[in-house]
Amino acid sequence: MNGALLEVRDLSVVFDGYRALAGVDLTVQPGELRFLIGPNGAGKTTLVDAITGLTRPAGGTVRFEGRDLAGRAEHEIVRLGVGRTFQTSVVFEGLTVVENLDLAASFRRPLWALVRRRRGVSDQVAGALEIIGLAELADRPAGVLSHGQRQWLEIGMLIVQAPRLLLLDEPVAGMSAAERERTGELLTRIAADHTVIVIEHDMEFLRRYASAVTVLHEGRVLVEGPVDQVRDDPRVQEVYLGRPREGAAGGATGGPVAAVTAAAAPPGGGGTE
Amino acid sequence: MTATTPQTPATPATAPRFAAPPPAPPWWARLGGPAAFTAVALLALVAAPLLLEPFRLNLLAKYLCYAIVGLGIGLAWGQGGMLVIGQGVFFGLGGYAMGMYLKLHEAGGDLPDFMVWSGVERLPALWAPFASPAFSLVFAVAGPMALAGLLGTLVFRRRVRGAYFAILTQALAAATVILLVGRQGLTGGTNGLTNFFELFGQDLAADGTQRGLYLVVAVVLGVLYLGARQLLRSRFGRLLIAVRDGEDRVRFLGYDPATVKTLTFAVSAGMAGLAGALFVPVVGIISPALLGVVPSLELVVAVAVGGRFSLAGAILGAVVMGQARTTFSEQFADGWLYLQGALFIVVMTLAPRGLAGLAGTAREMWSSRRARA
Repeated sequence: MNGALLEVRDLSVVFDGYRALAGVDLTVQPGELRFLIGPNGAGKTTLVDAITGLTRPAGGTVRFEGRDLAGRAEHEIVRLGVGRTFQTSVVFEGLTVVENLDLAASFRRPLWALVRRRRGVSDQVAGALEIIGLAELADRPAGVLSHGQRQWLEIGMLIVQAPRLLLLDEPVAGMSAAERERTGELLTRIAADHTVIVIEHDMEFLRRYASAVTVLHEGRVLVEGPVDQVRDDPRVQEVYLGRPREGAAGGATGGPVAAVTAAAAPPGGGGTE
Repeated sequence: MTATTPQTPATPATAPRFAAPPPAPPWWARLGGPAAFTAVALLALVAAPLLLEPFRLNLLAKYLCYAIVGLGIGLAWGQGGMLVIGQGVFFGLGGYAMGMYLKLHEAGGDLPDFMVWSGVERLPALWAPFASPAFSLVFAVAGPMALAGLLGTLVFRRRVRGAYFAILTQALAAATVILLVGRQGLTGGTNGLTNFFELFGQDLAADGTQRGLYLVVAVVLGVLYLGARQLLRSRFGRLLIAVRDGEDRVRFLGYDPATVKTLTFAVSAGMAGLAGALFVPVVGIISPALLGVVPSLELVVAVAVGGRFSLAGAILGAVVMGQARTTFSEQFADGWLYLQGALFIVVMTLAPRGLAGLAGTAREMWSSRRARA
């Protein structure tokens, strides 16, 4: 397909003989908000790791705006316009909230320009502070932030970089109900003018904010489509609820599921579109 | 659907909320306000030369040379998280550059004395450029920076860090000593380079010259301190701290941590080189014993004692430990090594932020007590 922002083709990742991804195809168009779901061990985070250069694929291609991402260092991929967050948010605790954002915002400046001191707060950073709702805490060290606030700060650090593709890895994991609510609003707002891929476990969150969903299972794409259609798909229900005779796929662990595999999805089951 | 919904009543109680962000100045600002800096500068530039006898002033100049190295260690280790335990290499490179110039000047066109004793008949090509004082001075800084830059590029790109990097710097120090000792005719071997009498036409033994040298060292240290402080307050400094605290995360901000670390390592090496070049006319000798593993480690210990997270602490540590060493060695010849080791252990376990950290804590307690009263 032409004009796709992200094209993943037949991507595979192998860890010590274990195939974490076994030929994943994924196409994301500009402006999309795509949810990526699947039981534990399905390969969601591995897929994001492989796209962002953290993990080396064993095979297949990742093309972003037509450019091959294979073999590029993490920071080069970021500079091409792919930003991500992590499940366990990592903000720089020794720096203030503003400094965290400012550092993220300055990443395109040449290194020699960084030797100048920061004067005030740029519009970009001020805007992000407003969007993520941390304006009051701007000058506090990021170390004092709560878990939810850290996730928002991380999202803010992404926004100021104006990436063309955002990958959010479980942004609401471990959040309270109120924090989820705010994160959902934040997500809606960001998705209005960004292309976003969200990994999420939380079904309630998914129902409220997702439109298009890709389901991963055992390193392959199981189903892809609008959220209602995906929810009603028997294969998805099977993966999430487990089959009566095997009970292992309930999401308890990733390992044993491997035994049930072959029968679950028809061969080459990634081609739905 | 707008995201402007204000803080709903459901705002989690766990979220820390502060009515007004207290204007807490960063820790280095508390430690080195302009007033404190001016006071120290006056003390060093006016009081010390007037009050100290020449012998003591000369010793202080030596400590200040170490403090310049310490400043570089504070930058690389305290701020950048790179444990550099082989700074002696860069110190030595600067020192030998200066020593070679002084030696050639002394020889006045002939071969330096030790070469004659070693049976060397022609001046080695390596020595030739050091006949120029300008080249020697530039090399004293640029040489170490280039070496550190090369090492950093090779090592940090491969993501070697932590203890592995530390051991590498130490191995470099050990190898340098072996190299220097082995090439007697070229380097003066174990004895190093010594017997200097004149610097830029000034008699090195004269009190006036030594006082002048002391002032030069003090001013250089002050300028470098201010420069390093400025660097830390810049975005580069924030980036350096970010690299120290989360190198992998920095990559996903689109920065290459290897570049940041290499640059910082090179700056700290340049400081050590300059310190070495100043050290030689002050102390009158440069030899392998002054730049090997042990002296390199002693400086790291001094920085730890002074407080590695504070530039002022790093300087303080170098001066205090230098003075303590002299005082102790004058009283009990062998006691110093044990005391130094014990002090290091005590500081690392009880006060990891060193003297500077203790001073900061004391100030906080003082101000909170005053606030309560």
